[in-house]
Amino acid sequence: MTLTLSTLATGLTTNLTILDWLIMLVYFAFVLGTGFVLKRYMRTSTDFFLAGRRLPAWVCGLAFISANLGAQEVIGMGASGAKYGIVTSQFYWIGAIPAMVFVGLFMMPFYYGSKARSVPEYLKLRYDEKTRAWNAGSFAVMTVFSSGISMYAMAILIQSLHVFDGLFLHFGLPLGWIFHFSIFLSAIVVLGYISLGGLTSAIYNEVLQFFLIVAGFLPLVWIGLKNVGGWHGIQRTLGPAYTHSWRGLAHANTNPLGTEWYALVFGLGFVLSFGYWCTDFLVIQSAMAAESHLAARRVPLIAAIPKMFFPFLVILPGLIAISIPTVSQHFTAQAQTAAASTRGGPSSAAVVSIPEGRGLIPVELDPISGRVLRDNKGQPLLNYDLAIPNMLLHFFPTGILGLGLTALLASFMSGMAGNVTAFNTVWTYDLYQSYIHKGASDEHYLWMGRMATIGGIILSIAAAYFVSSFNNIMDALQLVFSFVNAPLLATFLLGMFWKRTTGHGAFWGLMTGTFAAAVHTGLTLPADAPGVGIHGGWIAVLHVYPSTMAQNFWTAIWAFSVCSVLTIGLSLLTEPRKEEELVGLVYSLTPKPAEGHLLWYQKPVTLAIAVLAMLVVLNLVFL
Amino acid sequence: MGLDIRWPLGLLFFITGGMMAIYGAVTHGSAIYEKSLSVDINLIWGLVLLAFGSFMLLLAWNARGRTSGAPPVLPSTEEPQQNRPRAH
Repeated sequence: MTLTLSTLATGLTTNLTILDWLIMLVYFAFVLGTGFVLKRYMRTSTDFFLAGRRLPAWVCGLAFISANLGAQEVIGMGASGAKYGIVTSQFYWIGAIPAMVFVGLFMMPFYYGSKARSVPEYLKLRYDEKTRAWNAGSFAVMTVFSSGISMYAMAILIQSLHVFDGLFLHFGLPLGWIFHFSIFLSAIVVLGYISLGGLTSAIYNEVLQFFLIVAGFLPLVWIGLKNVGGWHGIQRTLGPAYTHSWRGLAHANTNPLGTEWYALVFGLGFVLSFGYWCTDFLVIQSAMAAESHLAARRVPLIAAIPKMFFPFLVILPGLIAISIPTVSQHFTAQAQTAAASTRGGPSSAAVVSIPEGRGLIPVELDPISGRVLRDNKGQPLLNYDLAIPNMLLHFFPTGILGLGLTALLASFMSGMAGNVTAFNTVWTYDLYQSYIHKGASDEHYLWMGRMATIGGIILSIAAAYFVSSFNNIMDALQLVFSFVNAPLLATFLLGMFWKRTTGHGAFWGLMTGTFAAAVHTGLTLPADAPGVGIHGGWIAVLHVYPSTMAQNFWTAIWAFSVCSVLTIGLSLLTEPRKEEELVGLVYSLTPKPAEGHLLWYQKPVTLAIAVLAMLVVLNLVFL
Repeated sequence: MGLDIRWPLGLLFFITGGMMAIYGAVTHGSAIYEKSLSVDINLIWGLVLLAFGSFMLLLAWNARGRTSGAPPVLPSTEEPQQNRPRAH
C-alpha cells in the first residue's frame, strides 16, 4: 500500500508506506493500551486527579516539560526559529529555566505541603473564595484554549501533509472534511486515554511522548546539519542576526524579535515565564503527583536539564529549514489528480505557479481558496509553521518518516491531554465541588471528573475552530497567557512572600491586572498585524510595536505592574489574616523543609546551582 | 501507580526500533536513502531505539515488585514514605 503525499506549495513529495502506518498504529495502541491497564487502578478521585501522589520524580519531571511540549513547542518553536533565529531559544533559557529553578526551590513546598489539590485551591487557602473562583474560571478558559490550539495545529498538519487524502478519495468523501475529521479523531483518542486512566494516563503518555520527540528529531537535526555544513554552515548562510541569542537586543529595530533586551528579560524572563512555570496548574499538576515532598521539589529541577537542550531539537530544524537552498515552488495538485484517476479521468498533474518561499518554508495559502496570502504591503506571507513538517519530508525516507510523524502527533495529543486533565481537576474540585454540588461521595466526583473530560474535549473543539484565525500559533498562545498569567504572578509572589497581602487586595489586583492586559492590547498594534482586529488596536491605536512578540511582552509587563500596585495598595487598606492561619502558606511563617539527612549533592539547591551554571554556559556559547 | 512506565516505554521502542532496523537491513543501499544523504538511517536509528528499548525493559525487569516506576537504586535518599501502598 503506497499513498502519495505532498506538502502544500513546496513540491516536496514522499511516499508513506505500510511501515510508516504501522509505526503510528503501534504508538496509538500503546497510548490506549496504557489507559486500559491504568483503569484498574482508578479507584478514588485522588487516583484519577492526582495520580494517587505516588509517581517518582523523574517520571513527573519529564511530564512537567512534556505537558508544555505541545503545539507551542514543536511547530511554534520550529516556526519561530525560522522566523526569528536562535534568539528563539530565549523562550527556553531566559523564558523557562530560572522560573523552573524558582518553583522547585521556593514555591513547591507551598503547593505540595499545603495539601491543596490544585493551584486555585491554594489561592482559596491563602486568600479567599472569590480569588479562587476567578482563577479557576480564567484557568479553565485558558486550558480549553491551549488544548484547542494543539488540536487545530494537529488538524492543519494532517491536512497539509495529505495524510488522509487517499482514504477520503477511496470513500469518495470531500477533501475539505479532512480538517474536521482530524479534529474529531484526536479528540476521541485523547478522550479515550484520559477518561480511562486520568492524570496517570496523561503523565505516562507525556513521558512516552518526550522520548518519541527526542527519537524522532535527533536524527532530523543530525542529517539536517550534515546537509547545511553544520552550525558554521548556518552561520555563513544566515548571518549573525539569526545565529546569536543576544546580539542586536540593545534596540528593538536591530533584532528579528523587534524587542529590547530589558523587555525580553522582564517581560519574557520574569513576568511571562514565572507566571507560566510557577502558577500554571497545567505543569504544576505533574509535580503535585510526585511521591514525596522532596520528589516534588526535584521535579522542576530535573525537568530543567532536558528543557535547556530542547532548542537544539525544535528550534534548530527551523534554522536548517531556511538555510537550505529554496526548493522549487510549484503546487502539484496530486490529490486532485488522484481523484481524477480514481474516477477514471485524465491523470495529468495540474501545476499552479506561486511565488517563491524561503528554503523549505513555503508561502502561505488560504486553506479554503488556495490563494496566496499577502501582508499589507503586498508581500506574500511565509508559512513558518511548515518548517518542521517540511524538514521531515525533505530528509526522512519511509520508516523513520513514520517515526517523525508519530513524534509530531504525540506532541499534539500530549499537549491537549495535559490541558484536559488540568481542566477536569479544576472544574471538579474548584468549581463543581465548591459551588455546584458540595458534600457528594468520592465516586460521584470521580464520575464528574470523567464527565468533565468529555466537556473539556467538546470545548477544546470549539476553541480549535476559533484559533484558526491566527497566523502564528506561538503568538496566539502568548496572547492568551499574557492576559491570564501575567497578573497572576504578582498575586502568587505577594501571597507567598508577603504575609500582609489580603484576599480583597489579591482579588481586585487580579481583576484589574487582567483588565489592564486587555486594555493594553486594545490600545496597541504590532507592525506585523494585518490590521486592527484580534491582534490589537480595537479601542484605539496609541502605539505600534515592531512585532507581536514585543506587544505580548509589554502587555505582560503592564498587567503585572498594575496588579502589583493595586494588590499592595488594597492590602494595606484592608484587614490582614491572623498569622497562625497562614502557616504552611507564607514563606516567612513556614518551617523550612528538613534537609539535614541529605548529603550535599542530594539537596535540591545543589541541583539548582548546577542547572543555572549550565544555563550561563549555553548563553555564553551562543552570545 | 501499579504499572511501571518503563514497560510500555521499553516495549514501544523495542518494537518500533526492531521494525525500523529490519526494514533498514532489507533496504540497505536502496535509492530511498538519497534523501538522508546516503545514510541508512532506518538501520542505524532502528538499532539505537532497539538498544534503548531493551535497556528500559531490563530496568523494569530488575525493578519488578520493588517500586512503581522509580529507578532501581537511590531509595535511601528519599523521605520515608509512610502509609503509602506499594505497587504490586
